[in-house]
Amino acid sequence: MTAKPSVVIVDDHEIFRAGVRAELEGLVDVLADVGSVEAAVREIGERKPDVALLDVHMPGGGGVEVIRQVAESRPAQRFLALSVSDAAEDVIAVVRAGARGYVTKSISGPELADAVARVRDGDAVFSPRLAGFVLDAFAGQIPEGEVDPELDQLTMREREVLRLIARGYLYKEIALELSISPKTVEAHVSAVLRKLQLSNRHELSRWAVERRLVD
Amino acid sequence: MEAAVADRRLRRDLDRGIVAGVLAGFARRLNADPLVVRIAFIAITVATGGLALLGYALAWGLMPGDGALARPAASRARRGISPLTGRWRVALGVGFLTLGALLAFRELGLWWSDALVWPLVLAASGATLLWRQSRQRAEEEIAEVSPATRPAPARPESRFTDLYRGGFGVALVVGAALLFLSANDALGGVRDAAFAAIIAILALALILAPFLWRLGRNLAAERAERIRSQERAELAAHLHDSVLQTLTLMQKRADDPREVATLARRQERELRSWLFGGARPEGESLAGALEAAASEVEEAHGVPVEVVAVGDRPLDERSQALVGAAREALTNAAKFAPDAGPVSLYAEVEGGRAQVFVHDRGPGFDPDSIPADRRGLRESVFGRMERHGGNAEVRSRPGEGTEVELTMEVGE
Repeated sequence: MTAKPSVVIVDDHEIFRAGVRAELEGLVDVLADVGSVEAAVREIGERKPDVALLDVHMPGGGGVEVIRQVAESRPAQRFLALSVSDAAEDVIAVVRAGARGYVTKSISGPELADAVARVRDGDAVFSPRLAGFVLDAFAGQIPEGEVDPELDQLTMREREVLRLIARGYLYKEIALELSISPKTVEAHVSAVLRKLQLSNRHELSRWAVERRLVD
Repeated sequence: MEAAVADRRLRRDLDRGIVAGVLAGFARRLNADPLVVRIAFIAITVATGGLALLGYALAWGLMPGDGALARPAASRARRGISPLTGRWRVALGVGFLTLGALLAFRELGLWWSDALVWPLVLAASGATLLWRQSRQRAEEEIAEVSPATRPAPARPESRFTDLYRGGFGVALVVGAALLFLSANDALGGVRDAAFAAIIAILALALILAPFLWRLGRNLAAERAERIRSQERAELAAHLHDSVLQTLTLMQKRADDPREVATLARRQERELRSWLFGGARPEGESLAGALEAAASEVEEAHGVPVEVVAVGDRPLDERSQALVGAAREALTNAAKFAPDAGPVSLYAEVEGGRAQVFVHDRGPGFDPDSIPADRRGLRESVFGRMERHGGNAEVRSRPGEGTEVELTMEVGE
């Protein structure tokens, strides 16, 4: 939490990139903003930002493709997904590809800067919406036999934390509510992120699709 | 009751029938085993010297069909009855029926030569195949008008079997004709002419094949293009009715930031649900109704509401009460914390219980001494929840925002 974190903004809408740049002015160090997958891979490789802010939807594969290509040369690069997309399957896909969080574009400048700093420090950033998606994805029973309890289920505590995030609580308020330290809250969120990325619970991939069918 | 009445009517049972389901239909009407009815029918046929077969043909024409085979191909496929074997069986059956009828005529002393009988049997089978196929085509074309009901993947294969079956039907009829001619020794002089005709037809096919093939492709491409342009038109119409209108409104109201924000927000919500298919029908589901309530409050008070819903259920009386209370809680939050950022609404349906949390970051208050101007909370929220067997709680401290928790047992 010392120096300002450095970021590269990746989004195919120029107006939006300019907007984010202006909002983050003075709060984080914007190294570059780029509008395509190839440019993103190049700039992130060259400038080595603390955090890459990624749009989910872009021509040429979107955030998932950027993460995939950058990871080949910079496996430790941290990503934060920033999107207007509400399609759960897209959001889950980019987080499963390696993004350490997802925030919606309606987030305010200071909140976004705070989220960037948290991602730089290795924490996970869950917006209320992402928390809702994850609760939905991990809801219900899963068939016996293919269960890896380590990865395929959330603990009661993790559920409680996600619920409070979905209810609009900040981490420190969650800590207060559950009488635990903010560090513990962060540890729970990171554990959920890990499960989200590693679980091969088939619902995670299929659920989003089914949801669309239901709607 | 309805079903029982329907069952009493005399209908051909296409599910259990072998040829046209006439006997199976009688069996159902008489509550008897179809096998018994069939044996009885054969006995009657023998006894009447085949006359009963005419009765069968008559019944086939007069009795309406009923059962899976009468329904569209999709449901047939689900039951594991391939339309293919069904059609073959019918063709075979018609052949036998024709044979039976002709034998019956012989019994009565009317007999034409074998040269007539066998071609007639073959021709009847072939014609049946062709006739049923064209009827099936028409049915499919009707189904295609509403693309949603069409079982998409079955198409290419069925086109192939169509062709195959059609070819077989034609072969049967043509074979019957040839058989008839040859049996009557009428073919001798015709043979050379027929040979020439066949060669001519082959040549014509070679010439026309590329043209026909291209025609088919062009038709497909045209069709795809038509669908695309329809989609484009729909998209354009939607954007015009929503986004363009809103943008115009926003330019007019540019001097009122709050109004502009509300307009933008409403448009965003609408477009989002349209784009991502997240639109839950408002009148049918709890989450949909909560979304609708949230956007109403947003519009009325100009305060953004962030809705997150996990799980969903159909809207019944209790859920409606829950939505009503949630709307009131949102209105309260919007009134008393108008500038404290978005209001959060979190809804969760799990294990027969629905919970809604409405959370704002406003000035808060001491819930033990609910101020007089917050009566709305007491009556519209607490009162409403309790009347419907639910429960409401409010957590607030001066300076720390307010959260209303609504819990309702809704059953599975």
